[in-house]
Amino acid sequence: MSDLSDLYQEVILDHNKRPRNFRTIESPSHRAEGYNPLCGDRLNLYVQVEGDVIRDVAFQGSGCAISKASASLMTDAVKGRTVEEARALFARFHHVVTTPPAEPVEDLGKLSVLAGVREFPVRVKCASLAWHTLKAALARESRTSTE
Amino acid sequence: MTPTASSATAPVRTTFDVQKVRRDFPILSERVHGKPLVYLDSANTSQKPQAVLDAMDDYYRHANANIHRATHLLSERATALYEGARAKAAAFINAPDTRSIVLTRGTTDGINLVAQSYGRSTLRAGDEVLISWLEHHSNIVPWQLLCEQTGAVLRVVPINAAGEIDLEQFAALLSPRTRIVSMSHVSNALGTVNPVREITEQAHARGAVVLIDGAQAVPHLVVDVQSLDCDFYVFSSHKMFGPTGVGVLYGRASLLEAMPPYQGGGDMIASVTFEKTLYNVVPYKFEAGTPNIGGVVGFGAAVDYLMTIDRDAAHAHEDAVLEYATARVREIPGSRIIGEARQKTGVLSFLLEGVHPHDAGTILDNEGVAVRTGQHCAQPVMDRYGITATIRASLGIYNTREEIDVLIDALERVREVFA
Repeated sequence: MSDLSDLYQEVILDHNKRPRNFRTIESPSHRAEGYNPLCGDRLNLYVQVEGDVIRDVAFQGSGCAISKASASLMTDAVKGRTVEEARALFARFHHVVTTPPAEPVEDLGKLSVLAGVREFPVRVKCASLAWHTLKAALARESRTSTE
Repeated sequence: MTPTASSATAPVRTTFDVQKVRRDFPILSERVHGKPLVYLDSANTSQKPQAVLDAMDDYYRHANANIHRATHLLSERATALYEGARAKAAAFINAPDTRSIVLTRGTTDGINLVAQSYGRSTLRAGDEVLISWLEHHSNIVPWQLLCEQTGAVLRVVPINAAGEIDLEQFAALLSPRTRIVSMSHVSNALGTVNPVREITEQAHARGAVVLIDGAQAVPHLVVDVQSLDCDFYVFSSHKMFGPTGVGVLYGRASLLEAMPPYQGGGDMIASVTFEKTLYNVVPYKFEAGTPNIGGVVGFGAAVDYLMTIDRDAAHAHEDAVLEYATARVREIPGSRIIGEARQKTGVLSFLLEGVHPHDAGTILDNEGVAVRTGQHCAQPVMDRYGITATIRASLGIYNTREEIDVLIDALERVREVFA
């Protein structure tokens, strides 16, 4: 039986209630809109890249607790990193949320609170929407979807 | 086995015993996440009674063959079962004869058939198709495609805050250019029962033909297409306790006769040469290719099953459960019911303050309660209320007040998590 407390951990509930970097950036160097048609989640992501470093990143939109908390945690995690580091982090994060629950996964610090979605396969898309949107923004695609 | 006489003999139940009905549906004793299943998602798809499962099993064991073409006994049995289901469907909605019953893949298929056959052969640029704001995407997109193809214009009747079609606006939007009016009988997102008889009468007075999407109506209401006087009525087997992949298009025979074929293939032809193909008569003209015979047999059994039930009593039971659920959800602090039409059936859409419906859906599932969360293939309805999703509890004849109590307790759990 899947354990709800693995999914809705305190950190997630906190980031859902008080999302970090929940704002816009005036004329960002990169931006993208993410959309999950399954639940109607919409996410606008703004990224300010200077040289190859992500100086600032912010988001706005509406979504479920998982997608909102994931976006919030992601903005904290990638700020100050290089574009390449952010891309690599997405790959590691994606691996963590899609590995079967019984198998061990690497510790990604705060981001690891989202590993609970592994027990709820339909919610993996919620956890990865912000990351897909970031990838699209950095690749200068204007709109992305998890479908 | 005698393929044609499988029904008819069962007596109609004169009262409604929900516990007896529940025993007819094997899946209702399933456990999910270690809890008894509380299935509140019948507007999405209904569960299937033993009689439907048995009919399909019997068909594959004793009658499986292609229809309308072979001389052997199994083909005779299969054809009798298939055509028997058509006759049952005709009786179920009081169609005047079986020629007016086209067996389809479902409601969506039926609407597309009418749009592409009737619509495409009759509409001209500037003509109008009138739908309502309440429609499922399947009663929007086929008309948008038709309008792109023909230059016709799609018009949409607004709804009021309660989720009812605005009849004054409807009358105002009906014009001499209105050729097709297509509306749902019952809204899948809100449960509103629309005044389809009145809508049909007004549309006919302006010379438009009327299609009624009955997907959400047939599991709950007794439908009489002659009394409604609509030109087309479409519905799906799987929402009325039959299998998926089967549906019915009722069409006025004179219209069906005049309409061109929708798809070409086997069974829909009278003769084929490379110079000229003659089409079969209705309804076969619209049934190209080998159909879902096993599914149609199951659908026939679902009609039989509903015919054995006192449907007025069943409807009264469902209404009482819906009323109870509405009252209990309304008591929850921070709840907001979406869609409060005076006439509703089968559906309770709502929100909980501070909780995204998708999160509620996961927690309810963990408590054994199956609901649908999201936009319910009705994005314009969500836009109308300025929301992106609702929690939708939808009922079948097998749901009980006790199950609503489980839902309410599970919603309390949702509120605890998001306190």
